[in-house]
Amino acid sequence: MLNSKIPAGPLETKWSKYKSTCKLVNPANKRKLEVIIVGTGLAGASAAASLAELGYKVKAFCFQDSPRRAHSIAAQGGINAAKNYQNDGDSTYRLFYDTIKGGDYRAREGNVHRLAEVSGNIIDQCVAQGVPFAREYGGLLSNRSFGGTQVQRTFYAAGQTGQQLLIGAYQALERQVALGNVTMYSRHEMLDIVMIEGKARGIICRNLVNGELERHFGHAVLLCSGGYGNVFYLSTNAMGSNVTAAWKAHKKGAYFANPCFTQIHPTCIPVSGDHQSKLTLMSESLRNDGRIWVPKQAGDPRKPNEIPEEERDYYLERRYPAFGNLVPRDVASRAAKERCDAGYGVGTSKQAVYLDYADAIKRYGKIEAGKKGLSSTDEATIIALGKDVVKEKYGNLFDMYQKITGENPYEVPMRIYPAVHYTMGGLWVDYELMTTVPGLYALGEANFSDHGANRLGASALMQGLADGYFVIPYTIGNYLSDEIHVKPIATDHPAFAETEKQVRERIEQLMNIKGTQTVESFHKRLGKIIWDKCGMARNEQGLKQAIEEVRQLKKEFWSDVRIPGNVNEYNPELDKANRVADFIELGELMCLDALTREESCGGHFREEHQTEEGEALRHDDNFMFVSAWELKNEHDWQLHKEDLNYEVVKPSQRSYK
Amino acid sequence: MKLFNCVHVGAKEISPLRVFGIFFIPNQIHQFGVYVYSTPKFATTKNIVFMTWKELFISSIGKKLVMGLTGIFLITFLIVHAGINACIFADLPFFNSEDNGEMFNKAAHFMGSTVLIRIMEIGLFAGIILHIVQGYLLELKNRQSRSVAYAKPMGNDGSKWYSRSMALLGTLILLFLIIHLGHFWVSARFTHNGLEPVVYNGVVMHDMFSLMKVTFTEAWVVVVYLLGCIALYFHLMHGFTSAFRTIGVSNKKYLLLLNSIGAGYSFIISALFALMPVAIYLNWVG
Amino acid sequence: MEHKHINLKLEVWRQQNSKAKGDFESYEVKDISTEMSFLEMFDVLNERLIKEGKDPIAFDHDCREGICGMCSMYINGRPHGPWEANTTCQLHMRAFNDGDTIVVEPWRANAFPVIKDLVVDRSAFDRIIQAGGYVSVNTGNAVDGNAIPIEKDKADAAFAAAMCIGCGACVAACKNSSAMLFTSAKVSHLALLPQGDPERKSRVVNMIAQMDKEGFGACTNTGACEAVCPKEISISNIARLNAEYLSAGLTS
Repeated sequence: MLNSKIPAGPLETKWSKYKSTCKLVNPANKRKLEVIIVGTGLAGASAAASLAELGYKVKAFCFQDSPRRAHSIAAQGGINAAKNYQNDGDSTYRLFYDTIKGGDYRAREGNVHRLAEVSGNIIDQCVAQGVPFAREYGGLLSNRSFGGTQVQRTFYAAGQTGQQLLIGAYQALERQVALGNVTMYSRHEMLDIVMIEGKARGIICRNLVNGELERHFGHAVLLCSGGYGNVFYLSTNAMGSNVTAAWKAHKKGAYFANPCFTQIHPTCIPVSGDHQSKLTLMSESLRNDGRIWVPKQAGDPRKPNEIPEEERDYYLERRYPAFGNLVPRDVASRAAKERCDAGYGVGTSKQAVYLDYADAIKRYGKIEAGKKGLSSTDEATIIALGKDVVKEKYGNLFDMYQKITGENPYEVPMRIYPAVHYTMGGLWVDYELMTTVPGLYALGEANFSDHGANRLGASALMQGLADGYFVIPYTIGNYLSDEIHVKPIATDHPAFAETEKQVRERIEQLMNIKGTQTVESFHKRLGKIIWDKCGMARNEQGLKQAIEEVRQLKKEFWSDVRIPGNVNEYNPELDKANRVADFIELGELMCLDALTREESCGGHFREEHQTEEGEALRHDDNFMFVSAWELKNEHDWQLHKEDLNYEVVKPSQRSYK
Repeated sequence: MKLFNCVHVGAKEISPLRVFGIFFIPNQIHQFGVYVYSTPKFATTKNIVFMTWKELFISSIGKKLVMGLTGIFLITFLIVHAGINACIFADLPFFNSEDNGEMFNKAAHFMGSTVLIRIMEIGLFAGIILHIVQGYLLELKNRQSRSVAYAKPMGNDGSKWYSRSMALLGTLILLFLIIHLGHFWVSARFTHNGLEPVVYNGVVMHDMFSLMKVTFTEAWVVVVYLLGCIALYFHLMHGFTSAFRTIGVSNKKYLLLLNSIGAGYSFIISALFALMPVAIYLNWVG
Repeated sequence: MEHKHINLKLEVWRQQNSKAKGDFESYEVKDISTEMSFLEMFDVLNERLIKEGKDPIAFDHDCREGICGMCSMYINGRPHGPWEANTTCQLHMRAFNDGDTIVVEPWRANAFPVIKDLVVDRSAFDRIIQAGGYVSVNTGNAVDGNAIPIEKDKADAAFAAAMCIGCGACVAACKNSSAMLFTSAKVSHLALLPQGDPERKSRVVNMIAQMDKEGFGACTNTGACEAVCPKEISISNIARLNAEYLSAGLTS
């Protein structure tokens, strides 16, 4: 039976009560306790810094050449916090409510409320670290609005909020490295968890520079290794982002929760050809001013500017008059797919829709002309003025689009298409962020806990930092206070030797296949299966087929993959093979999860479960639970259900008409 | 401001040594102005808000600082030098063709006659020598920072050739300087070779003007001087603004102003110097 | 945008490991779509090399959207290739013409030793940050975010400096392999903010000491760093660094 360990009592006091009653570790004992942290993104870096500040001995690992490269850095839009600096009615409760509703009622109330409670502290901490958030002329912090909310609570640093927050956490981490409290292992990849007497006690990792396997002991192990969006091959994740750490934990007994909850972001630059290696996100803020359309005539061969107004279908405005182009991410993504599948897609691939700024340019131009007192002015001047305004607001995004596509978005509409962006699912954790394996924690995107079936914009940064700065420092003490008598276990312990042997054997097995197909080609094939059958829309038949195909792919991978080079050297192809092998196994579980969740909710859309208008249809009576999967054997998982009890919020059907 | 607490070397805290008022920070040795540390990796420093004078002047920024400060000093000197030498142009028909170098000789006499200026001359040489020595040390250190060169260097993409060639230009100027000192300074100060006395208002002075006239009758000398001026021009084109950046002018407005002043200064000074041998060689003056 | 397919000749630096002696190797790549990114062109080449039983070319990359700072190629005599304010991963093949020869080298600096082929070790940058590139504030110590108003101009200037992605192009471009632009960006970022003020002296002194120790050269203000910086970090940050250093040196 899953115990989520949510403290009893009213929602508002759960966290404060937990904090004042949890067990503590005294400073002298903290020095004797070692904590391993895998991944150095927002969650990992903030946890490493905070725990080291408390006095724990921390070892942090990342596969990149520096902790500053973690993919949190790519987040553009901002970070939410219930500061109510704008005096527009924001509160902890509202942030909590928006997040629960945005998650389509598949997240825990207790966790989400805690997230909203600490959100303000995050902003304070980041400002103190020197994060240069955008400011008003009065010198105070600036806010902007974001999808799915009615208040302005998003703090930002131009279009590079993730970068600035990560650099802040990275600096805090490097400070602890300098003070000797953190030992940093970059270019290291965790390849297994070492279990001793039922508890996570260390990791085996590969030094990616010389290929050596290393053993590291820790009283506790924190996985902050991010999401698994790269299972789709094409996603907005970094090339190196992978599921390996989480998957190894899963294989050691940690349950994997809601793997089918993946977020597809509606505004990405479309695929340009078979060579495509990754997708690039264009901030959601573009939908504030841009209008999305496709031609009314399927397969219209004309250039966008040649298609007259009356022959354009502004399908979001048509279908959702109340929210128009600002419907939530999942709705916007599905609508684009629907149009393209019906043959109305644009561009060479026909897998894209237009995001048009012509109207916004004219609108801003008229306002600008009004401000300048130019009452009667010609069209060209208005457009020029409007372009300047748009440039100021979205210039860096437009530049990025132009670099990638070679087209000038000020002149021709941008082409966009949805792409995989974030994974709400992840390792199942309790209120203390501990997985089902004692001593093994999961933080940030690697866990499943706070976003339900769909994540709101500007909430990922909030959750990563909340977990690292303000949750784990308390909850880990509750576990480690019972571990103070455990002396550091020497890494020649049989459990370390055995686990390392297994890792070594797997690597050798991979290297010895010496087949004919490249790792990349397998990854592409896996991505296509998952995207086609477990992507924006899923159905029973497709998912069953996908499971078969993934199993087949796994067989083929393990008998025909070709990895060049040697084990004991810098070998990126071997690293990639290790990751793809895990992605393949995860792919099967994703499809299984999607198959068993016979409802549509958030990012998970089952074609069998939709309203007459084609909207997502939840089945709260049967599926108001978290699916936590336990691995039994190869291709064999057992489902554990954690029921979700809504004590405060009343679930309702989302409507954006 | 409290000087500093301690230096951490590994896990140990080591107090700094103070001998005759000079602080020695453990774990580092100064060698030829280059820091050599006994531990290859990071030696954690904590709360150090302390810098020795030595450190201030020999760290990488310190080296720049010496170059910048001496550079600005030499820039000021060049104004004086060019100003005094430009007195020869008083002989131009446009001004007063009867001058015959009187203005120049008087000015040159003044520069050699007071103790204060003699002391400043020592300062000037100290500045030049510092500028040269530090310049070469800097060049040496910088060359050592890249052992394998690019097959395809960046060239003028992003930087000016003369910005990258300060050591070369400086060397050319140094060579020119040796010749130039040989021509004038050595004889004015010590040997008095080729110097005739001339009397103005009852005061006996050296006729430096005549020495110039004699020196610049030979074409090769004029060419060498012109080359020296060209090297100087480019050296100044970079050096002027660079010096101000080095002492910390970061304000865009002032930097732009300094850029313009620097370009103007470099041209005027170099052109003025270049005109002197040319004017004499072509008999515009004298 | 019209796209076409082009054929290219590559001259790529190959080096087995940090100790081995490297050399250039030539590759012909055919039928490259101008819509590809530069790294995707390398992906295509590597796939071919693997199939031919050869060792693929190692290069650093991760986010491929120009923000993580991991990619690092020196392309045709310029870090990150011919485009302005750009990273290698955002360089697209449109920048080249059919029949071009492209020379690709790793960052060259003794402080950035080659790990393999085009991959270099930039951990020196981390150690420079460790020397003082932070504000010493423990988690939980912070006052309210709006407690200290910050002049917008200063906040913006701090942000402009904080945009540095730590890629090392400045070092690669500098004839002296100086890390001054990188260091100055961090010193400026924190010196411009009131939060960074208490430690500004120790920060600049220690970071410069560490920078020198890592074997980077000294700045001679040539401006090559600024010209290649993908985030257009201004060289005026170096002047600010100098001023910070001088003031720390004279007043401590």
